[in-house]
Amino acid sequence: MAVAKFDVPELKEYPIIPKLQKDAMAHSAPYVAKEEFQTKLGYPGELIDNWKEVAIEKMGELTNKYRSLSVYLDSCVKCGACTDKCHYYLGTTDPKNMPVARQDLFRKVYRRYYTLAGKIVPKLVGAEDLTEEVLDDWYTYFHQCSQCRRCSVYCPYGIDTAEISMAAREIMDTVGKGQKYCNEIIGKAQVLGNNLGLPEPALIDTLEGLEEDIEDETGVQVKMPLDVKGADVLLITPSADFFAEPHIDGLIGYAKVFHEAGISWTMSSYASEAANFGMFIGSYENMQKLALRIRQAALDLGVKRIVFGECGHAWRVAYSFLNTLAGPFDFLDQNYPVPQHICEVTHGLIQDGTIKLDKSGNDHMTLTYHDSCNVARASRMGDTPGGQFTIPRDIIRASCNNFYDMPEHSIKEGTYCCGGGGGLLTDDLIELRVKGAMPRMQALKQVTEQNGVTHMAAICAICKSQFSKIFPYYDFQMDQIVSVHQLVSNAIVLTGQTDGESDEENSDNDDSKDAEQAA
Amino acid sequence: MPIEVDGQSYETDEEGYLADLNQWRPELATAMADADGAPLTEDHWEVVNFLREYYEEYQIAPAVRVLTKAIGKKLGKEKGNSKYLYELFPYGPAKQACKYAGLPKPTGCV
Repeated sequence: MAVAKFDVPELKEYPIIPKLQKDAMAHSAPYVAKEEFQTKLGYPGELIDNWKEVAIEKMGELTNKYRSLSVYLDSCVKCGACTDKCHYYLGTTDPKNMPVARQDLFRKVYRRYYTLAGKIVPKLVGAEDLTEEVLDDWYTYFHQCSQCRRCSVYCPYGIDTAEISMAAREIMDTVGKGQKYCNEIIGKAQVLGNNLGLPEPALIDTLEGLEEDIEDETGVQVKMPLDVKGADVLLITPSADFFAEPHIDGLIGYAKVFHEAGISWTMSSYASEAANFGMFIGSYENMQKLALRIRQAALDLGVKRIVFGECGHAWRVAYSFLNTLAGPFDFLDQNYPVPQHICEVTHGLIQDGTIKLDKSGNDHMTLTYHDSCNVARASRMGDTPGGQFTIPRDIIRASCNNFYDMPEHSIKEGTYCCGGGGGLLTDDLIELRVKGAMPRMQALKQVTEQNGVTHMAAICAICKSQFSKIFPYYDFQMDQIVSVHQLVSNAIVLTGQTDGESDEENSDNDDSKDAEQAA
Repeated sequence: MPIEVDGQSYETDEEGYLADLNQWRPELATAMADADGAPLTEDHWEVVNFLREYYEEYQIAPAVRVLTKAIGKKLGKEKGNSKYLYELFPYGPAKQACKYAGLPKPTGCV
C-alpha cells in the first residue's frame, strides 16, 4: 500500500544489533522554521550573524540553570550500555544515533568552552569548536531523537539524552535555527488554544456530530459539553482527539465514561489542547504559556478537577511540571489527584463497580498494548509504583477477552518509542519515522504470529497517528491501532441503551471489520 | 516550489501546499493530482469540493469522521468510511485532499 522511497527495515525473528553504516541518516533533517513561525515565539527569524557566540553563551546559561544537564555532560564514562538501546539507531544503523554519540555532539562543544582541559588541550579530551558543520550535525541528529528516554533506563549514571536534545534544540531556536513542525504548532496553540488551529465553531460542530453519532448507535444522549461553567471536571485532551482516527473513538469513550458515572464535565474552547510542544524544544517559557491557558480555563469555568485525556507527553508535562509551571492549584478539590489521568478515572470507576463493561463488545479483536514513552518513563499513574503500566492494562483486560503483552524487553520501562514522538511526527521525517518504528514493529509482529494479536492499543495521540501512518510500510493495516478508551467505549454498558437494533448493527460492523482484517 | 498552470505561477510552501488560499482554482488541483500520477475523478472532486465548503465556513479542514459522514451522504453509505477515502487519497484524505483543495495542511498530532 505505502510506497517507500527508501529501504524499509526487514523485520527479523529476534532483535539484532545492526552493523554500523556511517552517515546513513545524514541526509535526514526537518524543514527549518520560517521567520513568521520563529518570531511568534520570540526567536530570531533566521540564523543570526553572531550565532556562534550566542549559542555558546546560551549553553553556559542552560548548564548553569539545569544542574541535571551539566551532570549528564560531565558524567558519561563511555561504557557503551546505551549504544544499542535507541530505536533510531536500531532502525537506521547510523552510529550518530547511538545515544552516547548523540550526546557527544553536544558534549564535545561543552567541553571545548566550559571545561579546563577542553580549553587547554581540546584534542586530548574530545573537545571541539562550535562550527557551522557541527551546528548542521546538531540540527540533523537532535531531530533524530524522540526524547523517549529509553537509553537513560540502561545508563548506569541515568544520563538522559532527552534533556540534552531539548537543550540543543533550545540553543538552535535561540540562534534562529528552529524546526518548522514544532514552532508553527506552538505559535498556533498560543493563539487558538490548540495545535490543529481548530476554531471554536468548528469544535462545536465536531462535538455535536459526535453526540449524534453516539445517540444513533446507542439510543443514549451522551453529551460532549464545551465551556460549561460549574462543571466538576475539566477535560484537557489532545486536539487530535477532535480530528483524527482512532483518537476520536477514544474521546467518545471518555464521554461515555463520564456520562455513565454521572460526573459533570466539560471541555474548554480556550484550552482545547493537552499536547505541549514547548517541552520538545526545551522551552520553559513556551511550555508555561500553554500550561497557564489550562489554569485560566479551570478558573474561568470554576471546575473542581482537571483530567487529562490520552496524550503521552501531555501527561509528562501535567504530572511532572504542571504545578511548577502554573500552580498552585489549591482552588481544585484536593481529594482528587491534581491533575488526574483519564485512565485513573476510568480504572477507579471500574474497580468500584460504577461502570459495567461487557467484554464481548471487543471480541472481534485480540489486543496488545503499546506503552507510550512519556507515560512509561516520565510519569506515573495511581498510588502504587508501576501504576502507569498496570492501570491501562487493567482497563484493557476489563474491556476485552483477548489480551497478550509484547515481549518484555519492548514494554513497560523498556518500551520502544513509536518512532514519531518528541516533535518528529511530520511528513518531512517519514523515512526516520518508518525506520525508527522497526523495533516496535518487530515486537508486534511476534505477538501477531504467536498469539493472533489483531490490534494494538495506545494512550498517546502521537503514537496513534504515527502507527496508523507507518503500519502499511510493515504490512499491517492502518486501523490496527486503537485507543484504550475506544475499547472502553465498545464495552461499556450504558443505562437505557437500546439493545436490539444497535446490537445487530454492532455485530454487522464487527463482521465487516473482521473481513477487512482478513483481506 | 511554485506550480505553473496556464503560464501563471503559484507560490507553495516546502511541502507543496498553496501559499495563498485565495489563489486556488480547479486547474491547480488537477495539476497537483496529475503531478502525483493519480488524476482526479468525480469522486475525488466530491471530497475536494466538500473540504473547500467546510473550510469556508469553519476556517479548518473537517475531522476525518465529519468528512466520511458527509461523503457517505453524497456518494452512498458504502463509501462513507476512511478506507474508501484512503483509496482515493493514499497519502491521507486530510493531508493530500487538503493540498489539492488549496487548504493549509492540518498540523499537530495528526
